[in-house]
Amino acid sequence: MTKMLVAHVADIDAKGSRTYRHQELEIAIFKLSDGQIRAVENRCPHKGGKLSEGMVCGTAIHCPLHDWKIDLKTGKVYEPDDGCVTSYETEVDAAGSIYITI
Amino acid sequence: MADKKKLVMIGNGMAGVRALEHLLKLAPELYEITIFGAEPYPNYNRIMLSSVLAGGTELKDIVINDWNWYAENRIALHAGHTVTRIDTDARKVYSDQGVEADYDKLILATGSRPFMLPLPGADKEGVIGFRDIADCETMFEASRSYKNAVVIGGGLLGLEAARGLLNLGMDVSVVHISPNLMNRQLDEPASKMLQKELEAQGMRFLLRKQSELIYGKKRVKGLRFTDGSEVEADLIVMAVGIKPNVSLAKSAGLAVGRGIVVDDYMETNVPNVYAVGECAEHRGIAYGLVAPLYDQGAVLAKRLAGVDTAGYEGSMTSTKLKVSGVDVFSAGQYEETPGTRALRYQDELDGIYKKLVIENDRLVGAVLFGDTSDGASLFSIMKKGESIKGKEKELLLGFAPGGQAASPASRLENMADDEIVCGCNGVSKGAIKDAIETKGCSTVGEIKACNKATGSCGGCKPLVEGLLGLYAGERAGEAVKEGICGCTSLDRDEIVAGLKRLMPATVKEAMLALDWKQPEGCTKCRPSLNYYMGMLWPERYKDEKESRFANERYHANIQKDGTYSVVPRIYGGVTTPSELKKIAEVAEKYDVPLVKFTGGQRLDLFGVKKEDLPGMWEDLDMPSGHAYGKMLRTVKTCVGNTFCRFGTQDAIGMGIRLEKEFERMNAPAKVKFAVSGCPRNCAEATIKDYGIVAIDGGWELHVGGNGGVHVRATDLLCVVKTEDEVVEWGGAFLQYYRENATWGERTSVWVERVGLEAIKAVLDDPAERKALHGRIKTSLSYINDPWKEIIADKELRKNFEALAVPAPLN
Repeated sequence: MTKMLVAHVADIDAKGSRTYRHQELEIAIFKLSDGQIRAVENRCPHKGGKLSEGMVCGTAIHCPLHDWKIDLKTGKVYEPDDGCVTSYETEVDAAGSIYITI
Repeated sequence: MADKKKLVMIGNGMAGVRALEHLLKLAPELYEITIFGAEPYPNYNRIMLSSVLAGGTELKDIVINDWNWYAENRIALHAGHTVTRIDTDARKVYSDQGVEADYDKLILATGSRPFMLPLPGADKEGVIGFRDIADCETMFEASRSYKNAVVIGGGLLGLEAARGLLNLGMDVSVVHISPNLMNRQLDEPASKMLQKELEAQGMRFLLRKQSELIYGKKRVKGLRFTDGSEVEADLIVMAVGIKPNVSLAKSAGLAVGRGIVVDDYMETNVPNVYAVGECAEHRGIAYGLVAPLYDQGAVLAKRLAGVDTAGYEGSMTSTKLKVSGVDVFSAGQYEETPGTRALRYQDELDGIYKKLVIENDRLVGAVLFGDTSDGASLFSIMKKGESIKGKEKELLLGFAPGGQAASPASRLENMADDEIVCGCNGVSKGAIKDAIETKGCSTVGEIKACNKATGSCGGCKPLVEGLLGLYAGERAGEAVKEGICGCTSLDRDEIVAGLKRLMPATVKEAMLALDWKQPEGCTKCRPSLNYYMGMLWPERYKDEKESRFANERYHANIQKDGTYSVVPRIYGGVTTPSELKKIAEVAEKYDVPLVKFTGGQRLDLFGVKKEDLPGMWEDLDMPSGHAYGKMLRTVKTCVGNTFCRFGTQDAIGMGIRLEKEFERMNAPAKVKFAVSGCPRNCAEATIKDYGIVAIDGGWELHVGGNGGVHVRATDLLCVVKTEDEVVEWGGAFLQYYRENATWGERTSVWVERVGLEAIKAVLDDPAERKALHGRIKTSLSYINDPWKEIIADKELRKNFEALAVPAPLN
């Protein structure tokens, strides 16, 4: 398990996302409208769409390729589709720094 | 202010207020307006009363203009005031509450009342009409304490009232004097099918019955007929017709027949006094349907605004019954008379009946039962009055007989189970059948949630609806109301009306105000709300990029591997060697793996990494071609008279001008233009949203074409002489589309839905056309080049870059 400082809350727009690479893995970090931070692997389980480019609706992300809807906390895909994407622990400290544990 | 003329309107109903809305658009500063309305409400949509009664809709949902609207337009509204006297010499009106008002112009829009049969006992408690909110309230109240309701009148209004009373849990009998229901709109076979359907819903019918008297002590107990029979009733609703409100007009000395007599400009026999709506009688007809009243209002508004207009010449009417599970449509002449011929199709199994009445190769009437999907297009053909020779059977059956003459239902039935119905999501007929039969889906929405059929382009929706009809049987009858997506039960028009009423500032506020089920919506409703709000208030609404699809947030087209493609704008498809060199150099510098000509004569640079986009735009220094958005894409051109030996006009110049006029225009869906220099049509303009074909001495303007999901050739809008007219008509057409289409709806679908005639009727009016064109220019003036903005703004630019590789903490 590795914990990393990846960004500051000001780096990400509300209902927006930023990405970073961790070795071969691309991680997408989202800021929800209430300021919560979530992180998942940037790959839709359907056809590999970049979730970072999708639309954030509440606590879910819609993949930009075929509109699969994925819960950003659990990584679980909503019905009628089926699947799961890896999600990661996030932490925001008092100074607004975002940490992710992989 | 002192110079303003005084306009007084008596009546606060749909027809009158609609006329004022029109007037305010044409001449907002001309009049100081005062309205007297007898009901204590702002203007509401009376046609929707049957929905209020049917449940699920409240008064606030059917208000057309709320109190704010009157304030904003500085209209003095005296709600709850009945005007008791007009003095046409002194030009004054007096209300029952002691208010008096002077006028320079007076509009009588007093509407009508239900015609109450003068039966003995008609004054008893529990005997009402079906006309206003108070009547609905009486019905709600009666349903709480009583059981038996009787509706007198088996016409449109009576059946809608009866359906509402059934919903309230009452036992409902409908009394009708004729042997056939809706006998003023339907012929006998259609009427009998309607009766069967409504009986299945629980209505009882007492036909060929003439009412004689209403009995009971204080409150009604029952109704007796001339044949001696009786029916018990705790509530009697009279819906036998309407009676124009003319007593005020009569006492003021106006000429009155059945209604207040008006000329083609809605003026009465007294100068400066007008009448409009259900109270007016024009060429011997007092209309009781809304479309003609709106037509009248438009003429009156122009007259009052001092705008030249042709007079009102009467309207052809069509009707639909607003009762769930029963589709009835009727227009024009429904019985054949000497000189006419009729074509009929009757299918008792599926409960479908269609009839066309034809006179001299023209369609003069239509009756549809069970499947009314062709109603609008048939009505449009009737109004156009064009010859339908040779197409009669196709119009009736939906296909030309002689070939594969299978009915749509049997065609679906014979389709193989593995045949793909939804091509986007690969959903087979078998999967849809399974969703309906074993998973219990009974609406298109449920099928979409189950297996995604219709979930993408929507082109297969009619097929899925057909399969639903085929396999869901009775369950599909009571279709639940489907909104634009699962987050709301509101449809497009309800949403736009709600936005206008509540004026929210953000998408989130709109969802709160309109009672969204999902607090942050989804990828369907968020972009549509964002679009509608930008369209309604271009000057003050701040576009929300987070409510736009990736393509429109990053101003490039997302590809399947997450890279983007970039299409620089090349106006009219004409470029220069130096522009080409620049594009080539940028492509090399950023290692663009694929360069391709698009279908719209532009260059597409594929495989661009997101982080390279801002740099590429900077190096290109050309505007964005918007090859990805719901906006103007490209204007395809042929060479025209610049080089071509057949060219009649400058197609290239016209194309470039149009592209510059309308670039960056947001629209409900993507919009494509083309300009051809002669009728050989090398630019394929007749499958574009706005297609222009040059002819000798002018330009043909075509609209509603599509070469995509819904392949459709254009309709000819009109022929004009000058390039300025091509721009003005184009702007007006696009703005009318922007204001009225559903988000995501291409012009091809929209034109078919509303009918070319309806669009033409608006655009034909020079004042309306100029106003529409003015509004699109205003909208365009608020939009900047997004590429330039991103290049210049660090905050925007950061979203294109990945975060720096972080160091582990432990």
